[in-house]
Amino acid sequence: MKTAVIVFPGSNCDRDMAVALEQVTGRAPTMVWHRDADLPDGIDFIALPGGFSYGDYLRSGAMAARSPILQAVAAAAARGVSVLGVCNGFQVLTEAQLLPGALMRNAGLNFICRSVPLIVENNSSLFTSAYQKGEEVRIPIAHHDGNFFADDATLDRLEGEGRVAFRYGEPVNGSARNIAGVLNEAGNVLGMMPHPERAIDTAHGGTDGLRLFEAALRVLA
Amino acid sequence: MKVNVYVTLKPGVLDPQGKAIHNALEGLGFDGVSDVRAGRFIELEVADTISDADLDQMCAKLLANTVIENYRIERP
Repeated sequence: MKTAVIVFPGSNCDRDMAVALEQVTGRAPTMVWHRDADLPDGIDFIALPGGFSYGDYLRSGAMAARSPILQAVAAAAARGVSVLGVCNGFQVLTEAQLLPGALMRNAGLNFICRSVPLIVENNSSLFTSAYQKGEEVRIPIAHHDGNFFADDATLDRLEGEGRVAFRYGEPVNGSARNIAGVLNEAGNVLGMMPHPERAIDTAHGGTDGLRLFEAALRVLA
Repeated sequence: MKVNVYVTLKPGVLDPQGKAIHNALEGLGFDGVSDVRAGRFIELEVADTISDADLDQMCAKLLANTVIENYRIERP
């Protein structure tokens, strides 16, 4: 099981992500700098962490999505390598068009930092198979631009294809249909605003995020 | 030469920032504003020989997110 965490200037959850991956796999991930053109050989799982890559210049995730390493990430995703983008990582994946939609400023304009209820909408993906369908879990969010937008046709397609992985259990940030996390068509790329890596230890106040890593990394093992 | 790029939200995309600006204008006593939408203005200093196609690609690939935004290029 070889994992990697992509590090951009301004990433600030990269170490939390590394701790989560090491806790589950027993092996430290390779930290890959955004200027690198290549991922380690034989990589199984790539995480794009939260933070404020490039200071959120232009749009959240816009610069990171055009950095050299993202071409390698896109190529790996096309080969079927698992890719998880959390928070800023989700923004990067939409900007890179590896996931549909866009993440806009929260409807209330405030930065929101709290634990929120999430409904597991799809438990057949490799990231969500350790949850029950319809189960409510609690995972923290911390974002300013988490307001998921896509046109109605795209939203209908996402729902019809079971690609809404998580939905907020209550209105949080203005996201269309309360969508908190979406999968790509092949199911090997997940983007989500909530931070599962911040809910893997009882000291975090909850461990609901742990099962996501256990499922994804065990399926891959 | 200077090229101006205007990036605006597509019609139908909610604009919370525009809404907040609208509220603030009303708070200042300016009545008669029916809607506010905020966008982005970008000035590019480019070679005179640049092609329209290149400018269009700059907008489509980076300056605008075409999922939510339209763009307009103004060259002298």
